[in-house]
Amino acid sequence: MPDSTAVLHQEEDRPELLHHFADAEQQRDASSLGMWVFLATEVMFFGGLFCAYLVYRRWYFGDFAAASKSINMALGATNTAVLICSSLTVVLAVWAAQTARRTLLLVSLAITMLLGVTFLGIKGIEYRDKFVEHHVPGASFSFEHESIPGHPGQYANPRHAQIFFSLYFVMTGLHALHMIIGLGIFLWLLIMAWKGRFTPEYNTPIEIGGLYWHFVDIIWIYLFPLLYLIDRHP
Amino acid sequence: MSMEIAIPQPVERENYLNKKYGVWSWLLTTDHKRIALLYLLSITFFFFIGGFFALLIRLELLTPAGDLVQADTYNKLFTMHGMVMVFFFLIPSIPAVLGNFLVPMMIGAKDLAFPRINLLSWYLYVIGGVLMLHCMLTGGVDTGWTFYAPYSTNFTNTKIVEAGLAIFIAGFSSILTGLNFVVTIHRMRAPGMTWSRLPLFIWAHYATSIIQLLGTPVVAVTIVLVAAERALHLGIFDPKLGGDPLLFQHLFWFYSHPAVYIMILPSMGVVTEIIACFSRKRIFGYSFVAFSSIAIAVFGFLVWAHHMFVAGMSVYAALVFSLLSYAVAVPSAIKVFNWTATLYKGSIHYDAPMLYAFGFLGLFTVGGLTGLFLAALGIDTHVTDTYFVVAHFHYIMVGGAVMGYLGGMHFWWPKISGRLYPEGWARLAALIVFIGFNLTFFPQFLLGYMGMPRRYYDYSHMPEFQVLNVLSTAGATVLGVGYLLPMIYFLWSMRYGKPAPDNPWNAAGLEWKTSSPPTTFNFEEEPVVTWEAYNYEELDSPDKDAPHSEEVPVAR
Repeated sequence: MPDSTAVLHQEEDRPELLHHFADAEQQRDASSLGMWVFLATEVMFFGGLFCAYLVYRRWYFGDFAAASKSINMALGATNTAVLICSSLTVVLAVWAAQTARRTLLLVSLAITMLLGVTFLGIKGIEYRDKFVEHHVPGASFSFEHESIPGHPGQYANPRHAQIFFSLYFVMTGLHALHMIIGLGIFLWLLIMAWKGRFTPEYNTPIEIGGLYWHFVDIIWIYLFPLLYLIDRHP
Repeated sequence: MSMEIAIPQPVERENYLNKKYGVWSWLLTTDHKRIALLYLLSITFFFFIGGFFALLIRLELLTPAGDLVQADTYNKLFTMHGMVMVFFFLIPSIPAVLGNFLVPMMIGAKDLAFPRINLLSWYLYVIGGVLMLHCMLTGGVDTGWTFYAPYSTNFTNTKIVEAGLAIFIAGFSSILTGLNFVVTIHRMRAPGMTWSRLPLFIWAHYATSIIQLLGTPVVAVTIVLVAAERALHLGIFDPKLGGDPLLFQHLFWFYSHPAVYIMILPSMGVVTEIIACFSRKRIFGYSFVAFSSIAIAVFGFLVWAHHMFVAGMSVYAALVFSLLSYAVAVPSAIKVFNWTATLYKGSIHYDAPMLYAFGFLGLFTVGGLTGLFLAALGIDTHVTDTYFVVAHFHYIMVGGAVMGYLGGMHFWWPKISGRLYPEGWARLAALIVFIGFNLTFFPQFLLGYMGMPRRYYDYSHMPEFQVLNVLSTAGATVLGVGYLLPMIYFLWSMRYGKPAPDNPWNAAGLEWKTSSPPTTFNFEEEPVVTWEAYNYEELDSPDKDAPHSEEVPVAR
């Protein structure tokens, strides 16, 4: 018997309990702690970017405000709403798994994925706009004669605005990468749920997959005001 | 001490080594002990590659003129030496080999919490390593292992992106190891194995894992930024566009200073185990040693800018970082004092692991004290970027971390391989390593203080530096022999060594209460811990059958 199957517990009725855990509770605790610890590393990963953002936003506030005005707030706000809704459907999925509501579980997972894809689609539209407007850092970057909000007659420094757009693309790009990974995880959860692997006793993958999804949402909750709402006033 | 207790035993008991044979039984294993051996093979490979670069560096510096290699080749040599040794040897060395092997056994678990993630971490390491090898063979990198911007982002024509990717992937492997340890230590302890009964090796690995988890992602994102800046011409670190190269240094050292503690903390854990065992005493001040590990991990995150005193930082910030760097010395000193107090009136045995531990004590102390020189703003300004710095960090990383690693390899070799290594040869090797090390690096303190800059391949304007450089190169040769010896006799002992008894050192600790080598699931039945850590007085008391000091109800 190859090693990969040898790790499965011998008891027929609990195939999901791995051999090295004493009981299901220990296994669930370990998996959930593992995801929390992983999310702590993710906080530090994005933390480096937030740190860079903070430094340059303080140095070049006017340029950042001008650059921030050029990205589409309506699309960003829509995406925020989309992600908040997806967090709701994730919570529903976890609850459905715990209470053995198969249809609700499948529907919630599917809607979550649909919302995730919607988010990426809207993000794609935003990126396309930036390409069209030559706001992508690099050789063809152009940000001439954009006035600084609140300072009529003063123009933003294109080089400093380019730093804003660099951070914008890196931060939202890495966030989008996390969304894509999340979609992969949820596709796997959907298949497993379809096969009926999750029961009120065993639903840890849904729970920790949900933790990951919520984390990616929370990152966006910070990104949205920091990138889209610099110096916006009603 | 106990070579005479080679108890004859049935030769082929089933254990983790002979349970299954064949390449796939290794490449697809989820057994933490087999993964530890996979790591052992791969880090040894990279250790010799890194050592080869070091040898070329020392050969170039044998004469004042730059005559062996050209300047840009020399730049690549010290860069690749640093990158390979730091990211592919030192950081995974003790955690991924000894930690992987011992953490589950020491706490009485069957395996790490996530065996498949453990295997994944090895594969990530290998992918990173192969990328690094490819990068080396196709030209390498010349920025120094620190790849400072804007040289790395705008100017050099070497393989920054590829090397960055290799390090990014290896970093991910390091994060997964740390994650596995933290969850395992929290959730997988055997009944009765309370936090205050954990071996200090475990505390050290817990502290190390915290740094791996919270530090590595920051360097990962920094590498992403460097690669993006280089490939897409962003401008985050480019002063021409208003970016800040100092920001790169801050982000880089936020990980890379704590990374030193990733290397030294596990080594401290190893040395603690060895000193307690070979002085036959409970470790002095258990909780101080335990919490000083955590303190080092926490303080270690607050001192990074002492690498940047002359980089153009605010003098007030420098003052604060200088003060905090002094603060790190406190928990480190607590450890050294507690080890010394453990030795005091102990019944000391001079076996090979203990010789390495002694070596560690002396060399780490020298490395630590010269660290205080460098934390002082005035002296640091004088010796920045000289061989004084090079000597200092080699005393910590090689004199400290590698000594501990070798000591641990000897101490646990009987458990890992089920064979005894030749004690005489091992003591000789320990001596050679100690002498070779000091001969290599002590002259570098003097060279640095006299003003020899690091990273220069040619010092013909200062021919009086040659004597010390020749000494250093000679020492490196001796050191090389000292490192080759253990590899030879370890390999030899796997076939010809005497079979090891379960507990050849009569040591405390759960890992010695199972067979040598252990079975796949480590213990025949789940252990229940009813004794305190390091109960050597109890183990050595003439009345062996005396009841353990106290029975503590099983808590779970």
